[in-house]
Formats: sequence, C-alpha cells, structure tokens
Amino acid sequence: MSVVVRIPTPLRKLTGNQGEVREEGKTVREILNGLESHYPGIRERLTDESGELRRFINIYLNEEDIRFAEGLDTTVKAGDEVSIIPAIAGGSR
Amino acid sequence: MEEKGEIHLPRSIFNEMLDHCRSCRPEEACGLLAADAAGKAVAVIPVTNSLHSPVRYQMDTREQFDAMKRIRQQGWSLFAIFHSHPLSEPAPSPTDIRQAFYPEAYMIIVGLENDPAVVRGFVVEEGRVGERPLRVVADSLP
Ligand SMILES: [Zn+2]
Repeated sequence: MSVVVRIPTPLRKLTGNQGEVREEGKTVREILNGLESHYPGIRERLTDESGELRRFINIYLNEEDIRFAEGLDTTVKAGDEVSIIPAIAGGSR
Repeated sequence: MEEKGEIHLPRSIFNEMLDHCRSCRPEEACGLLAADAAGKAVAVIPVTNSLHSPVRYQMDTREQFDAMKRIRQQGWSLFAIFHSHPLSEPAPSPTDIRQAFYPEAYMIIVGLENDPAVVRGFVVEEGRVGERPLRVVADSLP
C-alpha cells in the first residue's frame, strides 16, 4: 500500500528536504520501518527505545490521531495520508 | 521602512492575541498566527492548553491538527507560535527551547507578569535562540 507521509520541518534534513514522501506498508509501524530504511535515523526521532511513539510526536492517519485507533498497528490503505506532527508545547519551568 | 528580521504584527492581530492570553490567566495560553501569501500576519488561531497549567502548556492535539489544516487550506503559512508567561518574563525557558519543533515559525511570548504586557519574538532552531524586534503596525485597509 503506497501512502503519502508528511514530514515536519525539523526532520526534513533526513529526507533530503522533502516535505512529503511515499512509503509502502500495511500498518503505520511498517510505514515507519520503510521511512527508516530510506532515511536512516528518522525512526529514533519518532519512537523511543521500546518502539513506542515519543510523547511529543503525534501521528495522524488522514484525520485521526493513531493514539485513538490502534496506535502504530493502525492499518493503512492505498492513498492514505500519514502526517507526523510534533506537539507544540513548552513551559516556564 | 521594513528592517530585515523584524516581526511586524498588525494592531488588530496583536490585540486579539493579547486578549486571548489575558482571558486564559492564570493558565498559560497558546495559539498560532497565520500569514497570507505575502507573509503578512492575518489570523490568530487560539488553541486550548491541554495542561491547563500556569507554568506549562501543550496544545490540544486535535485543535493543533485542525488549526494547521485550516492554515494549509486557506493558502496561508504558519507565521508564529505564541504562548503566554503569566508569571515570568517573556523569554524562552529551557523547556520552550527544547520543545521547539517548528523553526519555520517565530516563537512569540506574551509576558503578563506586569501591566502593560511585554511581547517578544524569537527564532529558535536546534537549541539556538535569536531575538527579533517585534513591532506593532497599523492595520492596512482591506
Ligand atoms: Zn514558555
């Protein structure tokens, strides 16, 4: 299944400055594996040592946050759009 | 005369942002500013601080997604990400700098510690911070 993946600015150094790339896979996890094989180093920016999504990274499949679906096991189909969206957050301490 | 690197905010945009930050006190407020194709700030999009804290903020994920989608669909671009410091000076904290993932947007901080509020603008990229002079300009006629 070929899907479009939207890459946020801070990760575009890893994708040759591309804001959108195409990847193949049946689940979001497979899409991330595909990303890592084409753009080494990108997965550690998205997932932690245990393979879970980092706290400040949100991934949307089309219009839905995958945390409210099956997480990284959420299935994708051809033509879907996967958006990697860093959270906007901060704090004065 | 526009100086390179200055942030220009039309008066109405500035006021709307400030009003939103004041209305959220004592919690930190946050939101996005969008620019039109000419690079002029044209819209304030307030976003809920899902942490509801006076010292931390995180944008509600859904609202952030919808706001960014709206910006894309309108043909706008992300001009700035703003948040308030209700209890401290308007300078990026170590947390603000560590969690700044949008180097293409200015970081605008609204300091509400004193009256009148103090608003400052920065560029933050990979841990480096540079201040940009922020100027409030007259609203141009539609
Ligand atoms: Zn802050």
